Amino acid sequence: MNENPDTQARQIIDNLTLYYGPKKKFIAICAGTGCRASGSLKVKEALEAELKKQNLSEVDVLATGCLGFCEKGPMLVVHPDKYFYQHVRVEDVPEIISKTVAKGEVISRLLYRHPETKKTLFREEDLPFYKKQLRVVFGQNGMIDPSRIEDYFAINGYQALGKVLAEMTPEGVISEVKKAGLRGRGGGGFHAAVKWEGVRKAKGDPKYVIANGDEGDPGAYMDRSLMEGNPHSVIEGMIIGAYAVGSNQGYIYVRNEYPLAVTHLTKAIADAREMGLLGKNILGTDFSFDIQITKGAGAFVCGESSALFASVEGRAGEPRAKYVHAVEKGLYDKPTVLNNVETWANVPLIINKGADWYNSIGTEGSKGTKIFSLVGKINNTGLIEVPMGTTLYEIIYDMGGGIPNGRKFKAVQTGGPSGGCIPESLLDIPVDFDKLYEVGSMMGSGGMIVMDETSCMVDVARYFLEFLKEESCGKCVPCREGVRRMSDILEDICAGKGREGDVEILEAMGKAIADGSLCALGGSAPNPVLSTIRYFREEYDAHIRDHRCPAGVCKALITYSIDAEKCTGCGVCVKVCATQAITGEKKKAHVIDKDKCTRCGACIQSCKFDAIHVK
Amino acid sequence: MTKPISVAAKTRQIVKKHGGGKSAMIAVLQDIQEAFNYLPKEALKAAAKAMNVPMSRVYEAATFYTAFSLKPRGKHIVKICKGTACHVRGAAVLQDRFETTLGIKPGETTKDGKFSLETVNCVGACALGPVVVINADYHGQVTISKVDKIIKKINEEGAKS
Repeated sequence: MNENPDTQARQIIDNLTLYYGPKKKFIAICAGTGCRASGSLKVKEALEAELKKQNLSEVDVLATGCLGFCEKGPMLVVHPDKYFYQHVRVEDVPEIISKTVAKGEVISRLLYRHPETKKTLFREEDLPFYKKQLRVVFGQNGMIDPSRIEDYFAINGYQALGKVLAEMTPEGVISEVKKAGLRGRGGGGFHAAVKWEGVRKAKGDPKYVIANGDEGDPGAYMDRSLMEGNPHSVIEGMIIGAYAVGSNQGYIYVRNEYPLAVTHLTKAIADAREMGLLGKNILGTDFSFDIQITKGAGAFVCGESSALFASVEGRAGEPRAKYVHAVEKGLYDKPTVLNNVETWANVPLIINKGADWYNSIGTEGSKGTKIFSLVGKINNTGLIEVPMGTTLYEIIYDMGGGIPNGRKFKAVQTGGPSGGCIPESLLDIPVDFDKLYEVGSMMGSGGMIVMDETSCMVDVARYFLEFLKEESCGKCVPCREGVRRMSDILEDICAGKGREGDVEILEAMGKAIADGSLCALGGSAPNPVLSTIRYFREEYDAHIRDHRCPAGVCKALITYSIDAEKCTGCGVCVKVCATQAITGEKKKAHVIDKDKCTRCGACIQSCKFDAIHVK
Repeated sequence: MTKPISVAAKTRQIVKKHGGGKSAMIAVLQDIQEAFNYLPKEALKAAAKAMNVPMSRVYEAATFYTAFSLKPRGKHIVKICKGTACHVRGAAVLQDRFETTLGIKPGETTKDGKFSLETVNCVGACALGPVVVINADYHGQVTISKVDKIIKKINEEGAKS
């Protein structure tokens, strides 16, 4: 027996990996928030009951976190063959067990069908959605039930921690992360190791380590899926970070809207404590560290570092000026490392596989992979993980499967309310921190919202400014008043009250707000406006000069009418119209009273004959 | 039967559970809201006293965060997701429908106390957009006719019980 406590730490983890290690026969059913909403928990129960009934209890059922292809939920993967079944219902379960699990036969009606070749595809990795992905971080979700720490051990979980405690000095950890080139996944893209080094060297005690799980960007949910689907990877990353910077106390700040993430993190932290991975003398060494969860309460600005500290301290989340850096004076004015959830989840990977491996993925300035949420007007919605440098075109067309209903692509919005809209002409750019910034957008936390020809870019700008107006904390004038005025101007333009010169005012104000605001919320607030003006100026002009909304979105500028040739007089629209604006005899073409019509869109949604036009 | 407990006493229990420190302010308010469905004035006063902070400090936090409500909320809370993905897929249309059908705006509660309407910036179920969360249930790919059905269903359930 080795008496050295550090070497012993490694041995403990090795034994755990060996003991639990890799599962062979199991069914991974997605139990992320999306698939739960589609009924996956009922399918899971049915699977367990049916396995028992057919005497196959040795086959494990894992209720996993998000598997990414949310569009196809509820979905499951049958291991070891890795057959991928989509839209699974409780009625399908007996057959899945008797055929696929017991005999290895596939059930073709549950397989994914290629939309063009119409061929059925058997395995996850064959699907165009998954084929070009590199799921080194997110892929682990499919192998574990996030509520079971033993599943994480089975996939080499906490091996990185064992290695760090047994073989590496804190400085060694920092230099490895630096060599890997890990940049923050939360938006800024700041080098993680530089922060760590700063905190390690900073004077002040105690030092804090925080995971930012506030994921406030609307349209982004990758951090949610990591906290829900693989909480131990975040925790392990934080413990390693704490060891590197010399911290004994950590916090995970989770958004109020993510109850399942809180449940899974709470369980994971308790389990890790019980196994001696958190708390006093971790794995018998003299290093101690513990983590506490703090729940947000619905404030976008709390994703900003100093606002987040204020919120953890129990105050209103107002940012402060940045001449004092968090690495010196962060939480409670003590040296603090704040990294985003996805950044932390990358750390164990770097330690396990080495900086050289990590460094070989990605572009010159942006290393590793990035998880994106691919949502909006796109065929394959869901979460994808790709090497940095993948082009927008590959993401939207190869993985995303293009735009639904034969419509035309218009723009992709990245970076949340701080980001911008990127037009078709720039789809060939490789996605990394620097390239997105160059074209007037940013990586943000990784939301990609695809828009088609029926999305109005002025309305999108208005939407974001309305959002930011609400979310501005009100502390500094440029953001509080300026964003409000920009929002007013955009409201006017969308309401048909735009004036010549409005665009120029928006541009000038945008520049002033960006320069004068205290924190990044105000500093980047004009981006959605400036980028849409830059690439879609003609839409602004159409609204202002011609009082026309080319995409048919802005209510004040459009009218509804019924195409008499297409209308069959079925009367469905009459029933859904809340203002009784539609009249007509049965089986004869109907008409819309333009004065009564509120352009709510109910009739368009209900019409099966595409007979209602918007102009 | 457990004995009914006063708002102030319940609040003191909550503060105690969180250790009494003022850094637990938000967690305390969250628990108060969970217990009473909103933040009653009495509870805020009791919390200030128990945590030994001025009332202004409690009020600051209670009004800064959108998750907190100073008004009683309805039995069923309808949250319309207004995230970008839901927005481009027509969340505004759904909001209109809820507003006209229930006769209330976001932040308001119907007179019978049955429904409260709220909007939320993103619930992180973007693939299912547009999403409406009612109490704890997620409804995905919601259409106008689905809105009508949801309201009808809740009303019928209410009539039965």
